[in-house]
This record gives sequence, C-alpha cells and structure tokens, in this order.
Amino acid sequence: MFSGFMWNAWEVGTMVAIVGGVVGFFVVLRGSSFPAHAIPNGAFAGAAGANLIGINPLIGLGVFSFAAALGIGGLARRGRADAVTALALVMMLALGAAFLSLSTQYEPQIFSLLFGEILGVSSSELAPVIVLGAVCIVAVAVLYRPLLLASIAPDVAAARGLRPQRLEIAFLVVIACATTMTVPVVGALLIFTLMIGPSAAAQCFTDRAGRAMCGSVAIALLTIWMALACAYESNWPVGFYVSVFSAGWYGVGRGYAAWNTRLRIARATPVTAADAFTMS
Amino acid sequence: MSDKPVLEVDSICVTLGGRRILDHVTFDVRAGEFTGLIGSNGVGKTTLLRAILGLQRLDEGHILVSGSPISPRNRSLGYVPQRIVVDPDVPMRARDFVALGLDAHRYGVTRRTPRQRDLVDQILHDVDAERFADNRLGGLSGGEQQRIFIAHALIGQPKLLLLDEPLANLDPKSVQEVVALLHRVARDYGVAIVLSAHEMNALLPVMDRVVYLTGGRAASGTTDEVIRSEVLSQLYGHHVDVLKLHGRVLVVAEPGQENQDIPEHATLTVN
Amino acid sequence: MHFIVEPGFFSNGPVRTALIIGGVTAIVSAVVGVFVVIRSQAFAGHALTDVATTGGSAAFFLGLSPLLGFIGGGVIGAGAMDLIGVQRERGRDVATGIVLGTALGLAALFLYLDTTKSASTGATQQILFGSIFTLDPSSVPLVIVLSAFALAIITSINRPLLMSSLSADLTRARGINLRAIGVLFMIAMAVAVGLSSIAVGSILSTALLIGPAAASVRVARGLRPALVMAAALGVAATWLGILFAYDSFYWVPSSQGLPVSFFIVSLIFLCYLVTGIPFVRRGFREATSHRRGVSEASV
Repeated sequence: MFSGFMWNAWEVGTMVAIVGGVVGFFVVLRGSSFPAHAIPNGAFAGAAGANLIGINPLIGLGVFSFAAALGIGGLARRGRADAVTALALVMMLALGAAFLSLSTQYEPQIFSLLFGEILGVSSSELAPVIVLGAVCIVAVAVLYRPLLLASIAPDVAAARGLRPQRLEIAFLVVIACATTMTVPVVGALLIFTLMIGPSAAAQCFTDRAGRAMCGSVAIALLTIWMALACAYESNWPVGFYVSVFSAGWYGVGRGYAAWNTRLRIARATPVTAADAFTMS
Repeated sequence: MSDKPVLEVDSICVTLGGRRILDHVTFDVRAGEFTGLIGSNGVGKTTLLRAILGLQRLDEGHILVSGSPISPRNRSLGYVPQRIVVDPDVPMRARDFVALGLDAHRYGVTRRTPRQRDLVDQILHDVDAERFADNRLGGLSGGEQQRIFIAHALIGQPKLLLLDEPLANLDPKSVQEVVALLHRVARDYGVAIVLSAHEMNALLPVMDRVVYLTGGRAASGTTDEVIRSEVLSQLYGHHVDVLKLHGRVLVVAEPGQENQDIPEHATLTVN
Repeated sequence: MHFIVEPGFFSNGPVRTALIIGGVTAIVSAVVGVFVVIRSQAFAGHALTDVATTGGSAAFFLGLSPLLGFIGGGVIGAGAMDLIGVQRERGRDVATGIVLGTALGLAALFLYLDTTKSASTGATQQILFGSIFTLDPSSVPLVIVLSAFALAIITSINRPLLMSSLSADLTRARGINLRAIGVLFMIAMAVAVGLSSIAVGSILSTALLIGPAAASVRVARGLRPALVMAAALGVAATWLGILFAYDSFYWVPSSQGLPVSFFIVSLIFLCYLVTGIPFVRRGFREATSHRRGVSEASV
C-alpha cells in the first residue's frame, strides 16, 4: 500500500491531518462545531459547480468555502445563528445536488465528494494542497495569541483592543481554507469529524494549550493513517473510517477526563475550619 | 509620580436606547488612587467603564488616559469583567492565562522567557494564587478565577485597573478578602483602581475617592465630601438622609418616594 | 399560464402523490419546526436528520422501507441527543457533532454497500436528496397516519413545551416532568424528520424542519400566527417546488430535470432571507397587530 498511487495519498493525507489538528484545536475551543460542519457543504456545491463548467475543482471548492464562511459569519450576526447556519448548510447541499444533476456523472461524483474516496485522493495534486495547508498553519500561528484570548475571555480581549468579531470572521476563513484542501480526501460531510474528534480528545489529556494543539495534530495523524490503511484494504470510504475513529478518540478522551475527575475528587482534601484560618 | 491624572473623564454624555445613561459625568483619577464607582444596578456603571475602555461611543465630552485620548489599544488599562465564565474543558492553566496577559495582543507564537516566567510567579504570589496556579482555569472556583483575571490584568503593568462589579455575588468574607487584595496590590504596584459596586460599605476603609452615580448624573470627591445628605439629595432630586453609624453608611429616602434608585447599603449585615 | 404549469401537471399520478405527501409532511415539519426554533435546537434538529440518513441507508441496504428506516434512525438519534442534552452547553456542541459524524460515516458505509450489492445506482441520490416523484401511492395512508400522530403529540404538549423553552426551572416548579416532555418532543421530531426525508431526502429535510419555522418566528407575533404562517410557507414552497421541478423537465435539455428538493430548499431559503428584510418584517408586524392596536413604538 506504499507504492505508486498510494504514496500520493499518504502525503496528502498527512497534510490534511496536520491542518485538521491545528484548525480543529480552535474549532473545539471556540465551540465552532456547527460552522465547521456547514462550511464544507459550501465546498461540495463549489466542487460540483466547478465540475459542471469544467474547471479545476479546487477553485470551486475554494471560492464556495470562502463564500460560505463569510456568509455564515455575516448572517449569523443578524438572525439566530443556529437556524441560519443550518439553512445555509442545506442550501449549499441542494445547490451541489442541482449542479451534479446537470452534469452527466451524477451518482459516483456525489458519493466521492460527500464521503471521500481513496482513488480521488491519490490523483489529486500535491502542490496546491501543501500551499493551502501552509497558509492555514501560518494563519493560525500568526493569530494564535489573540485568538486564544478571544476564545477564552472575549470581554477581556475586547477591552484590550482585539476585535473578537473580526477574529471570528478570520477564523471562519481559515476553516474555509482548511476545507478546500481536505474535502477531496475525507469528503464534505465528514471532514469536520477530523477537526473535532482528535482535538476534543487532546484537550482532555492535557491542561496546557500548546500541548493540546500538538496532541490534536498527533491524534489526527494517527486517525488519517489508520483510515487510509483501512480504506485501502477494504475499499470502504475513507470518510467512514475517519468519522468512526474520530468518534473513538473522542470517547477515549472523555472517558479519561471522567476518570481523572473522579480521581481528583477522591484525592482533594476537604476544606476545614483550620484551613480557612490559615488562608487569610 | 507625575501630577497628571491617570484618568480624566470630562463631561461625557451617552444615550442608549433612548435613555440618557450618562449626563455630563465628570471626574478624575490620580495615580495609585482607589476609586469606587457606586450606583444601583442598571444605572450605567458598566456603560461608564466601557466608555473608558473605548468600547462605547460618547455623544459628548471626552476621556483622557494619562493625558492621551482613549483608544481600544491602550496598554495602560487593565480590565476585569463582571461575568467570568470559563468552561472546564478549556485546556489552559491559570498560570498560562496570567502569562497571556503579557502579550495576547502580539502576533505569532513565542516561547516564554525565564524573565517572563519569574514575572508570572511574582504576580501569582502577590494575588495569593500560587496554590492553584497549575490547575485548569475552568476548574477553579469563581473567586479563584477572579484572582487569576486580576493577575492577568496586572501583569501588563497598567496604570489603571478597571473592575466591573467584582464584589457582586460574593459572601461578606470574600468581599473583605478581595477588597484587601486590591488595596494591597494598588499600593505595591502603584496602579490606580476604579471599581464599580452597588454597595459601598465594604469599600469605605480603602476608598480614596467615590464617584456616586444616579439618574445619569454623578458626584465625585472623597467619601466625606460626597456621601452627605446635601450632595446626595441634589443628585437624586429629592431629599435623602445619610446616616453614619459604626463606620457604616446608610442612605434613606423618605417614605413614599417612588424614585428608589438608591443602592443597597449594608443595612442589615453587622459583621 | 401554459409556461408556468406545463402540460399534464394535474393529471399526472406521481405528481398527485407528491403533492399530497409533500404537503402533509411540510405541515408537520413546519409545526414541529417552530418549537425547534423557539427552543434553539436547530443544530440538534439537523443532527437528527443526519442520523435519520443512517437509518434510511441501512433500511435500503436491508431491503426495508426507507420511511421506517428514516423514522427509526430519527428515534435512535433523538435518544442519543437526549443523553447528550444533559451535559454542559459547550460540550454538547462537540458531542452532537461526533454523533452526527458517526451517523453520516455509517450512512456512507451503507450507501457504499448498497451500490456494490445491487447493481442499482441512485441509492445515494434517493436517500440523501429525495425522490418525491417515485413515491409509492399506497404509502399515502401511512404518511397521513404518522403525520396525525406527530401533530397529536405536539398539540397535547404544546403548552408545557412552550413554557419549558422559556424557563426550565419554572416548568419544573409546576410539577411538569421535563424529561417526559423532552422525550415526547423528540419523538415528534423524529417522525417529522422521517416524513420529510422521503420527500426531500434526509440530508435536506432540515430545510423543511427549520426554514419555514425560522422565517415565521422572525416575523409573526405569537405562537399561533407563527405556526400558521410556517405551515403555509412550508406547503407553498413544497408545492411550488414540485411544480418547478416538473416544469424543469421541459426547460432543461437533459432528460432528468433538476431535483425537486433543490427547488423546495431554494424557495425556503429565499423565504427566510426575505423575512430578514426590515421592511417586510415591519409590514407583517403591522398586518398581524391591527386588531390589538399595538403601535410601532412598542416593537
């Protein structure tokens, strides 16, 4: 499985995992699971549209993801964020379905765009993936500290002159960028699991932000590698494995967190009157 | 220490939702002073603090911090918000959150220098938070989180520290602890403090000045100058009596006065 | 007239079935959806539709009726949501996403197995995006019964449901079993989602559930006007969608025409955007408040 066309798959997959882990760290921190789920659906429509007019699917993916990110960011500020995001998400899917129905290859195209396909991965170009991935990683690195503060304590961030709304839009654009390069591998409907499962697990294993970020990447890498290997062997969709493994990691992480809490409660000494005296 | 006030609020007016929240409010804060911003809930204390932070547009008047016009990027202001809610799932230690106070506005990633680490240790010691410094921020109690937020605001060495209702929802003993902490910190770090509250008795021992806010208008000065029947009656627009008893203050309106905009003053607690 | 309604529309059998099933499911979805929107459970509602997808694709693979699969998946999804719902606000976001993701992953597997097992293509399209023109007319009675069932649930619990959306504590204080209400509501949601899945596909059924509801909640004053308006919008969008899809056979050179679900979803999305325009909102508010004589200033 390490020869020929699969080698490309491993390279692309590795890049996808790194970006998924880095971006996913903030997706989980900011509670942006829903936008992370919705933006790739824009990508789906974009890829379908690009396919229809015969241009490079990456362009369609990029343009539509970007538009979806800005749209969700903009609309969410007016109405109820949840309802708007859900509607936009579904609208994108319907649009994608319409585009595909106008072209000739309906069924197989839908499937691979939505759920990821090993052959599709191996034939995609490496260079744009690396460039987009690098852009995502650099963007997160540059915005790291302001984004961290704005995510944890938005009032304090606002008082400092960092603008939480602008950072939110910037982050949604980063998600769009990550989406563009990851959708062909894992599929539009399932890519977000790679962003939330490994990161949520990593945040259970450590108290420190930097380590949680690294853990996020490491777990995402493991997930993608296992998924690629399994998809190669069984021919089942890559997205299926990614979603199931991500869920598994999430379960492990939360289980660990629960066990840890119980330990901590058991070990903590109760505050007695004597303690209260010495505290002041 | 320079003579220029750290904060100059000059005749500011703010209208929100059709209501004149702040009406020609004027006061100064000098270096190292402890100022209490007293007023009942909803009177406009948070609006005033937001205006100082540059987050609220002024209809009239202006605000100067250390002689310069305010801008959101003003580094000489520290801020502790009213509601502090950090999810227990957030992977950040208390210590790291304090360190973030040094450079959250900078782009890029960097390692902490030993000097920065020492600074963090020092501040944690000064706010008495060493005990839980390595715990998750979200796992701390409300009071502990508040201390960490204070440390976060202080580590940037601001000239002015603003706190929005830090004493609300605290039990009397914790109120005393926080007030003592802030007083000590103000003295040791030479930072001026503006703290909003709806109940002023806990602050009487430490306040240098008070800004009393009601109906959009404010009176400022020392507690002796402001907390007097004549001054407050004029502020309220109807007669109120000020009683001072056992080191505590009680503001009482005549029965039948509908405009009960009077903040609670430790009427019943006797500790 | 001839251009809008292409020949043979009203006499066409599948079209009639589509109109009936589409109309009924639109009403149920809209009614349930209003409560979903009021309770700010749009994300959970959407996740439910994805678990319904799993059910539908599994049913297809096993040769069972997709409708039962959708509803079954919806019920299981509702159960999972209920379990998650007791946790913290933020954790819920990720947990819901994980459930959603796993469900879709499994759906992916089932759909893949569908296409390899039977040489038939079209499973993906049918399950995900609906096939309202190929519905079996004999399923109409079942659809009507299920719709009535869901509506009955909503009618019976509508007051505690509304109250619990405003204040959980208040409802509990009145001795109402919040948990039971939650469970019943989830069942109604599962049925609504299942029904609309056969019309527009499970992935898109969120639109029928949330779209008309969100649009009407923005604009209507009070629960009853919101319910009526949502149902009206839902039915209108569905019927117009069916009409346009039928017409598109004639418009578009390829023999397939555009999917019905595309039209329905687009119309719903358009409705939502239109209700966002302040001018429209004010117009509606004034129209519905003429009786009570409420002035503009109090809005």
